Amino acid sequence: MASRPQTLYEKIWNAHVVERRDDGTCLIYIDRHLVHEVTSPQAFEGLRAAGRKVRRPDLTLAVPDHNLPTTARVDAAGKRLPIADPESANQLAALERNTAEFGIDYIDATAPEQGIVHVIGPELGFTLPGTTLVCGDSHTSAHGALGALAFGIGTSEVEHVLATQTLLLSQAKTMEVRVEGSLGYGVSAKDVILAIVGRIGAAGGTGHVIEYTGSVIRALSIEGRLTVANMSIEGGARAGLIAPDEATFAYIKGRPMAPAGENWDKAVAWWKSLPSDPGAVYDKTVVLDATDIAPSLTWGTSPEDVVPITGTVPDPASFADAAKRAAAQKSLDYMGLAPGMRMQDVGVQHVFIGSCTNSRIEDLRAAASVANGRHVADGVRALVVPGSGLVKRQAEHEGLDRIFVAAGFEWREPGCSMCLAMNPDKVPPGERCASTSNRNFVGRQGPGARTHLLSPAMAAAAAVTGKLSDVRELMSNGRE
Amino acid sequence: MEPVTRVSGGAYPWGAKNVDTDVIIPAHWLKTITRAGLGKGAFETVRAEPGNIFDDPRHAGSPILIAGDNFGCGSSREHAAWALGDMGIKAVIAPSFSDIFSGNAFKNGIVTVVLPQEAIDRLIEVAQDQPITIDLETMTVTTPFQDRFTFTLDPFRRQCLMQGLDEIGLTLAQDTAISKFESGLATRRPWIARESGYASIAVEGAGRT
Ligand code: SF4
Repeated sequence: MASRPQTLYEKIWNAHVVERRDDGTCLIYIDRHLVHEVTSPQAFEGLRAAGRKVRRPDLTLAVPDHNLPTTARVDAAGKRLPIADPESANQLAALERNTAEFGIDYIDATAPEQGIVHVIGPELGFTLPGTTLVCGDSHTSAHGALGALAFGIGTSEVEHVLATQTLLLSQAKTMEVRVEGSLGYGVSAKDVILAIVGRIGAAGGTGHVIEYTGSVIRALSIEGRLTVANMSIEGGARAGLIAPDEATFAYIKGRPMAPAGENWDKAVAWWKSLPSDPGAVYDKTVVLDATDIAPSLTWGTSPEDVVPITGTVPDPASFADAAKRAAAQKSLDYMGLAPGMRMQDVGVQHVFIGSCTNSRIEDLRAAASVANGRHVADGVRALVVPGSGLVKRQAEHEGLDRIFVAAGFEWREPGCSMCLAMNPDKVPPGERCASTSNRNFVGRQGPGARTHLLSPAMAAAAAVTGKLSDVRELMSNGRE
Repeated sequence: MEPVTRVSGGAYPWGAKNVDTDVIIPAHWLKTITRAGLGKGAFETVRAEPGNIFDDPRHAGSPILIAGDNFGCGSSREHAAWALGDMGIKAVIAPSFSDIFSGNAFKNGIVTVVLPQEAIDRLIEVAQDQPITIDLETMTVTTPFQDRFTFTLDPFRRQCLMQGLDEIGLTLAQDTAISKFESGLATRRPWIARESGYASIAVEGAGRT
């Protein structure tokens, strides 16, 4: 069949159509389903009520992460410690019960593989290129870094996938975000995605699936790509894709759940056919020049409120649109900032290095290289929360934990932690946090908490200086 | 699900833009394992402010919410739709919705109506003291002042809403198609099927993160 050039998204979509309806919506087969404790109990409740079973337990994997405390989970004798909050304990028990009842693989809270869903999926080789992957969490877009069409779903959809292994979807538009050039000194994947969201806006990708292309994206490690794809949803896109390449295959090969032997060869052959064809057309294209991207952070309560660290708090009056002006003023009031303030003059009381955006080994290495030989400033509480037990072990193997602890950071157990104010790790009202997570919404890190999103190295810089700081100055300061 | 053909009554004339799911239902309400009772936590941070629209006796208990652009942005938490449903909201009118939210709303029988900003402005004015009617039969939003705004809705969603159909049941009726796809998948992409049994994961052997 002679066909027009297709994008990566179209290829994955077409390979998963079970049935196309007259109105254009398609029943799409789901290859991979990640389940966690917060968005699944009501789905299992629904299955049970209707007497339905899980269609493909083998394509489903469950792990607790969202409200699991990040303090020690077993005592010195290896005995499991109880969870203090009864509601959290209840959700965890429900997940354990439900996965046992429905025959789903479950990674226990105390298992070495436990971690944030979006960290463990790629890490265990559960996430594969060209798959459709869903999870009841909006940052599922992260898995797109490996070339999986991955997106967050709500609990009714979780139930639908559990029962049918499909979803009824309409095809999205495509948006190419091309980042060309090479990144400057001290600029990381997080700065790239902050710059992108700042450029397209928090609703810029609505209705679209983004494909990230260009030399900067190609040069990123898989960890860096995961950081970028993770925040696609902050730009309004349900999913973000990066074409699989040799780096992707090298990352996946040999992981515990990855295909092996003959299947591996077949898989790679298919994966190689996935990248967008030359001449494929996107509905929208946005191009960014890497030389314009500085170490960046957010000043407001929307992830689009991005400035370079060398910048100042914007004046609401400078926004053309009246609604934006009002929103900016509201953000500044909430954030306790005044127009014209230098970002670098803003003090912080909390630093959070973690979340599915930035809790992988590379992120911890970047933060540790800044923390090494320095100390957390007085009045600052700094948390390092590895994304998974495997990341934690690896970091400990490299001695990163000792660097952090010597510098006065807390070294915690894996989980979502301070990314969302659901477990005991919260930012108190009115206090300010430099955070490597993905959301700076009102109340996200605790009622009244003020969040600045930034990279792991920038977060470490904020921890040791006690204020938002340009990490480049610390890097050049006779050290690196 | 209850069939919905029309939603008529008071409306919260709110109009706020970029209302995210953390505002609709703060995260600390997400620890529940059932769907009911979340209305108490709906718009908690807004309600903490004196004179807020949700506790205004003129609007309390309204079945319709009028909001601004990008309603329901943020997380995929369906608790947002459950919370709205539990506080009695049956329809939300806004110039745009986040994709995930409108999907979740639909699945819980809440109608999301997209209208241009001018229409929203007018409805906010009317809803100060008058009822609004959303009719899925005629696909219109009307007011007692002869205002008449038409909207569109995905035909499948409209049918499901109007007949109160359960989406999973509808999909399971396609079981043959799904099974056929699965047997094709087993030959086309044999690496997709997985051996269950996570205890066998050779993590130590993998030796990397
Ligand atoms: S770390 Fe944050 S964004 Fe990521 S899965 Fe957990 S709660 Fe969601």
